[in-house]
Amino acid sequence: MKIVTICGAGIGSSGILKVNAERVLKKLDIEATVVAADIGSLAAVVGDAQVILTSSEFVDAIGSTFADVIVIDNYFDTAELTTKLDAALG
Amino acid sequence: MPLPPLPLEAIQLGAEAESWRAAVLLAGEGLVRSGAARAGYSAEMIRMIDEHGPYVVIAPGLALAHARPGPDVLADGLAIVTLSTPVKFGHPHNDPVCVVLALAIANPLEHLSAVASLANVFNDSSAIADLAGAETPERVREIMGLA
Repeated sequence: MKIVTICGAGIGSSGILKVNAERVLKKLDIEATVVAADIGSLAAVVGDAQVILTSSEFVDAIGSTFADVIVIDNYFDTAELTTKLDAALG
Repeated sequence: MPLPPLPLEAIQLGAEAESWRAAVLLAGEGLVRSGAARAGYSAEMIRMIDEHGPYVVIAPGLALAHARPGPDVLADGLAIVTLSTPVKFGHPHNDPVCVVLALAIANPLEHLSAVASLANVFNDSSAIADLAGAETPERVREIMGLA
């Protein structure tokens, strides 16, 4: 399973989302590779991804995709990440 | 890797900012004072928000301003500004913002361990309110786990 986290720069916020998603996935006992990327290079990494984690600002730019697009409001709220990832993958 | 360096001169408390742009500029000035970035990096951080929207407001009350590594980044660094009056970035859930962090990363390949340390600090849900209420830069470093 592959998950992509998206932000504008590909560092910073997408990195925080990656780190916290990995922590949550470990607790949920779900094996996945999480890749942080910027919106400009999404096309290069999204091909085999099942889930995209991002904030609402990027939903339109992500456009049509086979992956589930999950919008995270609070990047530090692991309870929110747990609920949303578990609903999508559990 | 621990948090990017956050020296006392990169911390400004109780600042006045009339807009989110002014708040991001102040945080960028912190990076300039500490030698982590050139002044042009502030404009880059603002451009990211102009281009992509207020996604840098990643938690209630907290903005993590950042841009790509580039010629305006001199070294890894962090700056923190707390605002006496919170400002709106236009985020649907997390406005208004009372704490602005600016993050400069020199080497993108090494940024994940730095942001993991940031996540360690802010996964404690009291950290943002603690920073907003901090009265000395030393206290800010303590909340960030640096003192």
